[in-house]
Amino acid sequence: MSQKEARHPLTTSLPRERAFYFFTSIGNYTGESAASLEEFIEKIKEISAKSLEFHLYRGDFEKWIAGTLEDKELAEEIRNLQNLNLTGEILRGQLYFIISKRYEKLKT
Amino acid sequence: MRVKGQAATLDDLDWKILQALQENARESYTEIGRHLRITHSTVYERIKRMEKHGILKKYTAVIDLEKTDLRQVTAIMTVITDPKESENVASKLSEFEEVFEVFTSLSEELSIVAKVVAENQDRLHSFIAQSVAPLPGVLRIRTQIVTRKHKEQGLIIKRS
Repeated sequence: MSQKEARHPLTTSLPRERAFYFFTSIGNYTGESAASLEEFIEKIKEISAKSLEFHLYRGDFEKWIAGTLEDKELAEEIRNLQNLNLTGEILRGQLYFIISKRYEKLKT
Repeated sequence: MRVKGQAATLDDLDWKILQALQENARESYTEIGRHLRITHSTVYERIKRMEKHGILKKYTAVIDLEKTDLRQVTAIMTVITDPKESENVASKLSEFEEVFEVFTSLSEELSIVAKVVAENQDRLHSFIAQSVAPLPGVLRIRTQIVTRKHKEQGLIIKRS
């Protein structure tokens, strides 16, 4: 998908039922959610690493980014991260780098 | 049984009949009467009165799924809510077919405790993530998956 085809709600909020909800394990909701790509980046910075690991290795991030944000390119980059078996703060750093880079590209 | 306003006062015999039905709802009026040393017509009348007043809500089956090949996941879900939205969250939860029991509880925070059943852990998570977490007023959710059921019985404490 090209940059122009991505239909990101960069800053505008999605309705509640389409937001991303952060969990730490099956059924355990942290109370944090993101309703736009901008908000998603902010949450990546502060959410527990356990939650990031849970969602990355279940494929939840790529599913939401491809399905709801309709950005297959970013979804694929996130999916590729799974192969690196990253955890903790290193994972957070990589996720933040990939997503914020994409955000900046779309913003310009 | 005496009815005053919304609440009905049951006598000892009513409670014994309810207890008998909780142990075996398929027992006939005659059999219940024989155990309690009363006539089957007395049993019939009292049961009909309790049905009419909604005390006896329905007759259902208790199934031991561990003896079947059906595999499903049961979980106890605790939903911490904004007190202003608590009633709405409890009411919404009660509408889902995945939710079997809903209780409101007050400890340090106002929470709703619900028994949830799903086909597997993935479905359980999807249900909670897509249907429960987005409800207005939901602050956090804690879920415990049941690994084994040790006891299940009716709600009446045996009366001496």
